[in-house]
Amino acid sequence: MQVPSHVEYERATSVEHALALLGRPDHRVLAGGHSLIPMMKLRLAQPGVLVDINGLAELAFIKEHSGQLRIGALARHADLLDSAAAGQHFPIFHDAERVVADPIVRLWGTVGGSLCQADPSEDLSAVFAAVRATAVIRGQDGDREVPVREFHLGPYETVIGPGELLAEIRVPIIPGTGSAYEKVARRVGDWSVAAAGAVLQLHKHTIKEAGIGLTAVAAEHFVAAEAEDFLRGKPATEENFEKAAKIAAEHCQPIPDQRGPEDYKRHLVAELTTRALRRAAGRAAGRAAQRAKT
Amino acid sequence: MRVAVTVNGTEYARDVEPRLLLIHFLRDQLGLTGSHWGCDTSNCGSCVVWLDETPVKACTVLAAMADGRIVRTVEDLARNGQLDPVQQGFIECHGLQCGFCTPGMMMTARWLLDRNPDPAEAEIREVLSGLLCRCTGYENIVRSVRWAAQHPAGHPGESP
Repeated sequence: MQVPSHVEYERATSVEHALALLGRPDHRVLAGGHSLIPMMKLRLAQPGVLVDINGLAELAFIKEHSGQLRIGALARHADLLDSAAAGQHFPIFHDAERVVADPIVRLWGTVGGSLCQADPSEDLSAVFAAVRATAVIRGQDGDREVPVREFHLGPYETVIGPGELLAEIRVPIIPGTGSAYEKVARRVGDWSVAAAGAVLQLHKHTIKEAGIGLTAVAAEHFVAAEAEDFLRGKPATEENFEKAAKIAAEHCQPIPDQRGPEDYKRHLVAELTTRALRRAAGRAAGRAAQRAKT
Repeated sequence: MRVAVTVNGTEYARDVEPRLLLIHFLRDQLGLTGSHWGCDTSNCGSCVVWLDETPVKACTVLAAMADGRIVRTVEDLARNGQLDPVQQGFIECHGLQCGFCTPGMMMTARWLLDRNPDPAEAEIREVLSGLLCRCTGYENIVRSVRWAAQHPAGHPGESP
């Protein structure tokens, strides 16, 4: 029987209330709980006091605003999968959300919780890195913005300090982009063996900007920076996608474990990065054709 | 701490430890043993109940989080002596063998049918993909849910 160790429970009635509670020692945010509660059962996490933020409706939104897609930290995975705005601008979110955990878990697990959990195999961390999102962190003195590519300090560690709360994630909407996510897992609901997300901003057939996120393969900040550098300014061709994918596979540091040996994971990174780039380019071209029609 | 939870239409107030999981609250404190306590790791889905009308794996939510909320368990599926069409479907199509996963399967299927009364087989398989059955190979479970979709009044022998 798995039971968390003794813990106290507080229910936050407002963001301000939550921030005041989180400023106290040994207080920890409880959102969907689908990462934290399993960790508490295994005694990998033993917070003194849980601050339940599930009632804070002001953090549960997904909307398009001032050229950005804005995702409240308390939006559930299922909300992101259902969001037409997210799907229209960033199909990568829908690709990824179809393979995050399972449909029941997705109804409760939150987008912000996944990012803050900072699991090295987490899917959305790679997605938000690929789309160059910004995390909005709220404290009692106001908000500060941190690029998602600087948000994670390491496994299970983020830049969020005591008395702070991830409030939302903002993603710049850039015309002419296409995006996609490709994951290999052993079964439904499992963590990735490896996964790759790609965003391409095309000008005709030239890559203006590329974003490549990797998860489960110890890529620094979930990013394949060298592969992005290679693609920038080059034609969007299959040959360049394969070359970039090879660079991505060389620069990550996959750890052999029960999900596979290192060479298999590098092989997956190369293949999944190629596929994600190919689909992202196809979607960017599809959107350009659609725009030309209207 | 004191929690007040409305379960299947009845409000229960109990003193609980904040670390108590909802599945144990339902089974051990309220005696509602229809929801099964299975893997304990949010993998198997035998413990699925509704929390404010959304299915949740009750081994991965604290009873404290349900304070002031509404819970529905498998005990509430049959009403006025009439089985829910999902339950009748599991009878008609032999949707269970040992029955351990059945409460979670049925609560999830009811939720699906409330949102989508005529789901395709692929949609049924998708929504049940986070629940494990070690007996049936899932085939008859999917048939049972299809049966329920085709017989919204739940009566056996009724033509679709």
